Amino acid sequence: MADDDVSTLEAARPEEDAVASVPQRRPRGNRNRDTRRTQSRVIAGGSGIGGLIAKIVLLGLLDAIAVWAVFVMAGLSMWIPISIVVVITGAINWIYLGRGKRLPAKYLTPGVIFLLVFQVFVVLYSGYIAFTNYSDGHNGSKADAIASISANGLKRIPNSPAYPVNIVERGSQLYLLTTDPKDGAALLGTTGHPLEVVKNATFDGDKAVKAPGYRTLNLSEVLTRQDEVTSLSVPVSSDPNKGALRTDDASTAYVFKSDLIYSQKDDTFTNASGTVFVDNGHGEFATKDGSKALSPGWKIDVGFANFARAFTDPQLAGPLWRVILWTFAFAILSVLTTFGLGLFLAMVLNHPKLRGKKVYRVLVILPYAFPAFLSGLVWAGLMNPEFGFINQVLFGGAQIPWLTDPWLARFSVTFVNLWLGYPYMFLVCTGALQSLPEEVDEAARVDGASPWRVFRSIKLPLLLVSVAPLLIASFAFNFNNFNVIYMLTRGWPRFTDTTLDIGSTDLLITMVYKIAFGQGGVRDYGLASALSILIFILVAVISIIAFRRTKALEEIN
Amino acid sequence: MTVTPSSAFTRRTFFGLAGAGLTTVALAACSSPSGSGSGAASSNQTITIWLDTQRAPAIKPIAEKFKKDTGITVKLVVKDFANVDKDFISQVPTGKGPDMIVSPHDKLGSYVQNGVVSPLQLGDKSGDYADVAIQAVTYDGQVYGLPYSIENVALLRNTALVPDVSSTFDEVVSKGKAAQAANAGTVKYPFLLGLDPKQGDPYHMYPLQTSFGSSVFAQKSDGTYDATKLTLGDEAGLKFAAAIKDWGQQGILNANITGDIALDAFDKGQSAYYLTGPWNVPAIKKAGIKYAIDPLPSAGGEQAKPFLGVNAFFISAKSKNKVAATKFLVEYLGTDSAQEALYKVGGRPPALKTAYATVAKSDPDIKSFGDIGLNGVPMPAIPQMASVWADWGSAELQLIKGQGDPTTVWNTAVSNIESKIK
Repeated sequence: MADDDVSTLEAARPEEDAVASVPQRRPRGNRNRDTRRTQSRVIAGGSGIGGLIAKIVLLGLLDAIAVWAVFVMAGLSMWIPISIVVVITGAINWIYLGRGKRLPAKYLTPGVIFLLVFQVFVVLYSGYIAFTNYSDGHNGSKADAIASISANGLKRIPNSPAYPVNIVERGSQLYLLTTDPKDGAALLGTTGHPLEVVKNATFDGDKAVKAPGYRTLNLSEVLTRQDEVTSLSVPVSSDPNKGALRTDDASTAYVFKSDLIYSQKDDTFTNASGTVFVDNGHGEFATKDGSKALSPGWKIDVGFANFARAFTDPQLAGPLWRVILWTFAFAILSVLTTFGLGLFLAMVLNHPKLRGKKVYRVLVILPYAFPAFLSGLVWAGLMNPEFGFINQVLFGGAQIPWLTDPWLARFSVTFVNLWLGYPYMFLVCTGALQSLPEEVDEAARVDGASPWRVFRSIKLPLLLVSVAPLLIASFAFNFNNFNVIYMLTRGWPRFTDTTLDIGSTDLLITMVYKIAFGQGGVRDYGLASALSILIFILVAVISIIAFRRTKALEEIN
Repeated sequence: MTVTPSSAFTRRTFFGLAGAGLTTVALAACSSPSGSGSGAASSNQTITIWLDTQRAPAIKPIAEKFKKDTGITVKLVVKDFANVDKDFISQVPTGKGPDMIVSPHDKLGSYVQNGVVSPLQLGDKSGDYADVAIQAVTYDGQVYGLPYSIENVALLRNTALVPDVSSTFDEVVSKGKAAQAANAGTVKYPFLLGLDPKQGDPYHMYPLQTSFGSSVFAQKSDGTYDATKLTLGDEAGLKFAAAIKDWGQQGILNANITGDIALDAFDKGQSAYYLTGPWNVPAIKKAGIKYAIDPLPSAGGEQAKPFLGVNAFFISAKSKNKVAATKFLVEYLGTDSAQEALYKVGGRPPALKTAYATVAKSDPDIKSFGDIGLNGVPMPAIPQMASVWADWGSAELQLIKGQGDPTTVWNTAVSNIESKIK
């Protein structure tokens, strides 16, 4: 692949130079002795006033968006993205406002940016996720996890009364003003200051609404300080075991007691019965013996643990090997069967004396016009053991379990994929056949070669020269042919020796999908990313080897 | 890709541009509906809710009233309902999620496990809702959501074929078979229950299972499930397993009848009975079938309890507007008018008792489904449940097909599940 690239680049290089020097209409060596007029033309991209205006408008738009983004991100205090935006915008302006030597960059920049956004970033990010434990229950930061555990540990004391509250303020400190549900006395307190009786409070009905020396907040003031209001925790009395008042809606407070206390100093949680939960290094708080863990956990880097797990976890290792084997089998079989059938039909329909070629060709291409999604679902219906067309009509009501017996299901997905895939091969082979020189064919027949011999020794090798790269592409495509498998069998019938939701017809890609987004068990993005990297390595290695081999074919020409 | 520029330039460009992807992501994140859950740049007077197209029109007038009363704008963001839980779990930790979300209650376990929902204090108002609805939005002793609708399955009967109600499943089967014998040309099935031919359907089978006294997990006193006590493998479960194989061999349950095939067959009058939920009733009405909604029959002698799905509103753990969001949920969506408006778009019994009473008077179908729901049990919301469905379903499917010995098949599934949820 790399060799190919270099050769095409070398071929392309003179052209690019030509393109690059067209605007100046002069040999490149004289550029240092530019006159003023040509300088300004170079700045304008060498394409007159229209190009200059277009450039200014586009750059202006980009800069405006960048400035807006910087403001928004500054509000969210996202400093790293801000610096990146500034650097990139600066680089783009520098490239397009400059002149002379930066010309090639002007042509390359858009492509490079798209490459980075759509390829490099995605790959790097998946790669990074593969080395973390990002999964259900480990998807945030440690601080979030601690806050969440604490919030879930706060429980309302059963059957405790509800306290009507008002939010009042003194200085900038917020207080809860409430009425004792038992004796109707006005009480006031704030975080760290237990409730005390207020004298001379103003009542509205039997609810205290104002206290002397304090200002009662109205709703809109409360709404601008929601975080402060919801974080108020007013002890009911000086005994902390009696619980504290908290309010979520600024009108009613309840008595809460936490059954999980976080200690900043030791970084541990202790529950009401004295059990201690420590950070166990796996991104969660758990007891020392590991018998109980608190959720949620948080995301940590785990190095190669995901890769190790894929090949050592007894639940995963055996099935993974079977899935890898089947993935190869499926991809190879798909390429061979579709190519075989497509080539056969192309040869037959390429006969010069055949009438109605166009009609046949349209009919043959039809399956190619159906979306694979749809075909998968339709075939799943056709293959229903009892009501499906295939069993009812073609097999006279036999109950053949096309999709639920492991080997039959494998046969079925290969067959449906053949139906979906042969038109493509037919098109490719038809095109390639029509470009073959007729003389070679005639010469061979004059020499007395049989049609089979002509095909095997002349046509097929010549065909393969142009078709081989497409076969490799087809292999890579079928290696990751998600649609057919998922729509037809969802990868089932399931393996019985594993608890993971994977089965006999799963390809690596559907297995990854199920691990990342599946309904069975934990969604484990880290493991799924690790397996994605594995898929990439497999496909890349095979493609490289295969492309090296196809170079040998080209020597035929 | 070296054309002519110096290598220094290339390197610089590369590093300069390496963040382009990040920039795009940052921009995308900024333009995503981040509501007001973030920082100084946005006003604090807007709260965001994620919902689906169906519910948006019902919530809109309520949001307008809220705006009039309090001055707070409620921004309705329409999301794809199938993936809303995944989006919520991945967005909230970044601080970009919504303030509130509409969701079925059985996702609650994974929300809590991921720390993305905050507890909701209904206080004394919790008595205004159906007990099962409150049970459904309770997790680990904490109430997290405001329930607004309950759905469950029932037994639909074609009144033209079988005129009277039956109380046991055996009666249902014999009447279904009698109808089949009497109308040999048209009626093809004694009883219909849509299954997935690849993974079974424990959800639809559950009322039959509970009528044997078998359940999936033990329930605690507050109605929530105890993940440490898998009860699937007890005596009652094994009895149920044997019964499944028997029904499969009699052809009462058929692994090849998918949900679509079952609905189609009932619409054509090919069966007297169909075990299904309110979502299929409109189609059956349209087909002109005269139907009655019967209580679920008991197969094993005990009360048949269907699973309940409760739809509820939840508040994000990272919401900066908890006061406003709590107010909106408890005081505006927890009202009769709001719950009735939601019933009008969804066709499910409201969770608020008073709203349910009003609706039940005018809509007999809702009353039938709702009364059956009173005996129901909430779908388990514990995250462990995700590891249960597949093995449970495939065991039932195997038995319906008549493969293997019920005790062995059932016990294998149970031990598989146990090894998963350890």
